[in-house]
Amino acid sequence: MHLKYEATLREPLVNGKKTYGQITEDIISPIERKPGRMWYVGFFFSLALLAFGVFSVCWFVYWGLGTWGINRTVGWGWDITNFVWWIGIGHAGTLISAILLLFRQGWRTGVNRAAEAMTIFAVMCAGQFPIFHMGRVWDGFFVLPYPNSRGPLWPNFNSALLWDVFAISTYFTVSLLFWYSGLIPDFATIRDRAKTKFRKAAYGLASFGWTGSAKNWQRQEALALVLAGLSTPLVLSVHTIVSFDFATSVIPGWHTTIFPPYFVAGAIFSGFAMVNTLLILVRKILHLEDYITIGHLEAMNKVIVLTGSIVGVAYLTELFMAWYSQQPGEMNAFKWRIMGPYWWSYWAMMTCNVISPQFFWLKKLRRNVTFTFIMSIVVNIGMWFERFVIIVTSLYRDARPAAWTYYSPTWPEVGFYLGTFGLFFTCFFLFAKYFPVIAVAEIKFVLKTSGESFKNEMVAIENKSNEDFALEQAAAHAH
Amino acid sequence: MAIKKFAVACYDDEEVLFPAVKAVRNSGYKMHDVYTPFAVHGLDHALGHKETDLHIAGFIYGITGTATALGFISWIFTGDWPINFGGKPHFALPAFIPITFELTVLFSAVGMVMTFCYLNQIMPGVKKHVFHPRQTDDYFTMVIEMTGNTTDEEVLDFLKTTGAVETKIETAESEWWYGRWDKKEAYELA
Repeated sequence: MHLKYEATLREPLVNGKKTYGQITEDIISPIERKPGRMWYVGFFFSLALLAFGVFSVCWFVYWGLGTWGINRTVGWGWDITNFVWWIGIGHAGTLISAILLLFRQGWRTGVNRAAEAMTIFAVMCAGQFPIFHMGRVWDGFFVLPYPNSRGPLWPNFNSALLWDVFAISTYFTVSLLFWYSGLIPDFATIRDRAKTKFRKAAYGLASFGWTGSAKNWQRQEALALVLAGLSTPLVLSVHTIVSFDFATSVIPGWHTTIFPPYFVAGAIFSGFAMVNTLLILVRKILHLEDYITIGHLEAMNKVIVLTGSIVGVAYLTELFMAWYSQQPGEMNAFKWRIMGPYWWSYWAMMTCNVISPQFFWLKKLRRNVTFTFIMSIVVNIGMWFERFVIIVTSLYRDARPAAWTYYSPTWPEVGFYLGTFGLFFTCFFLFAKYFPVIAVAEIKFVLKTSGESFKNEMVAIENKSNEDFALEQAAAHAH
Repeated sequence: MAIKKFAVACYDDEEVLFPAVKAVRNSGYKMHDVYTPFAVHGLDHALGHKETDLHIAGFIYGITGTATALGFISWIFTGDWPINFGGKPHFALPAFIPITFELTVLFSAVGMVMTFCYLNQIMPGVKKHVFHPRQTDDYFTMVIEMTGNTTDEEVLDFLKTTGAVETKIETAESEWWYGRWDKKEAYELA
């Protein structure tokens, strides 16, 4: 009998009859093969999007932000919408790897590597927006508190925008370190089975000379646990601080204390949706259905229905508070959201974020891959509209009716957004080709407790009476 | 550094490995190390390793971050360049908390990862001898350092009785060095 035991009631995390060697083979061999045609199509399409994004950025950096649709009333348009959207997506990875590690959720092992990669790429995309929104982007480093010749003049440490700079750069760094410290042993696995000279050298460099020594593993586990402990409040802090960008202002529709939890829930909601989108594709293309099982997708759909409902409650609470405040500015802001010229964005948000995830109460739909895939995209469209609603529909009718306006983006703004898709998917395609998309060592760790074939062996033991089991064990351990 | 002679035993199951580790330690052989493809819980205790103090280092780095952020911001806003924000206090502690928290996490995480690499002696370009190419795949590889007190056959025979699926004698550099993974190791060519 194995040293560890898990009830057969729990769904296996690894399907089929696997051995340690088979796991390595299944996950690493796609790296060693030539990628399929789909990969090339996807990769070059992403690269084309990225190129268009770079062109758009060059265009508006050269001509200035006057080329954008933003104006004096709506100063934050698509770009800050996209910033918050990408940052939200970037929350799932570290949530999966950190919070679920602390909660000892075994299913995390199948999805954490790809989810963390997604986090890192999403944060890279998110970072572009505030940087280029500065306009004079070459002065971007002014946000850093370095001893300068202007006094030294320091940034305003009391500003939510500067908190954002620190929060996002810290989040990016810590997520990257967490991700990479888990990748080192897997790179060593690739290195040790590499047949070509170049691969051996490249993964030898990337694996830092890891050998799998017992002491090193002990430290690795300690490191992962503490990094998880650090990342857990970090994840929650990042979107809290992003919400402070709005909540610390006095704009009707923004100035609410509900924003931090509501933003965090929304971030997890959209992040898990994006993880579902990517993993459904990855498991299909790389034939990893045994490791990213329907059970994994279902677990994430459960998180989606929970956080989607939290977000729904937050929307209703906002409406209630607007009415309860009896403050005309506040009440009008919400009235116009619902019935004003941007009504379509509000109702798109409501439909996608509040109504559609409720389908996931049904087990049949939670476990339906096609439905999950469609829903994951619907949710992300909904979450994009949420940020658009919060930003644009709070700004376009300000305190002076003479300044009321209608905002639509121009092509460089749209191109910038498409460009970040290009960046994201270019990175993700490279990741899927050159990196182990599933944490090999971690799957091996849960194999004997949660592998299907190992769990099946437990059925016989579970069916035994307590007395028989006790006697058998006593006999087996008698020396 | 030191080139030494080792006896290598590979096991294909951690359940066989544990009694083997116990047997080797009880027999008084000089245990070099055990290499596993994943973190095998309890192996560190079976080998007699102490708990790692990495988390204590993490705590110290974290505190350093807290002190740095709080000290720096306080100094700037009360001493170096006080600015009047609508008559609010210069020392606005609640507003300093977000950055203080972020720097605590940042210092702790970066410091810990660097300490982790230092303690494990790993970094890009470092090379360590891999006793069996499958030690990062599906073999649990136990390595015993040969001393003058034993013969090769005796050790190998003993290792076979512990359930090893593969045993061999290997001469290897026991420490890390700079080298390339695609090249033969120096002592192998010699």
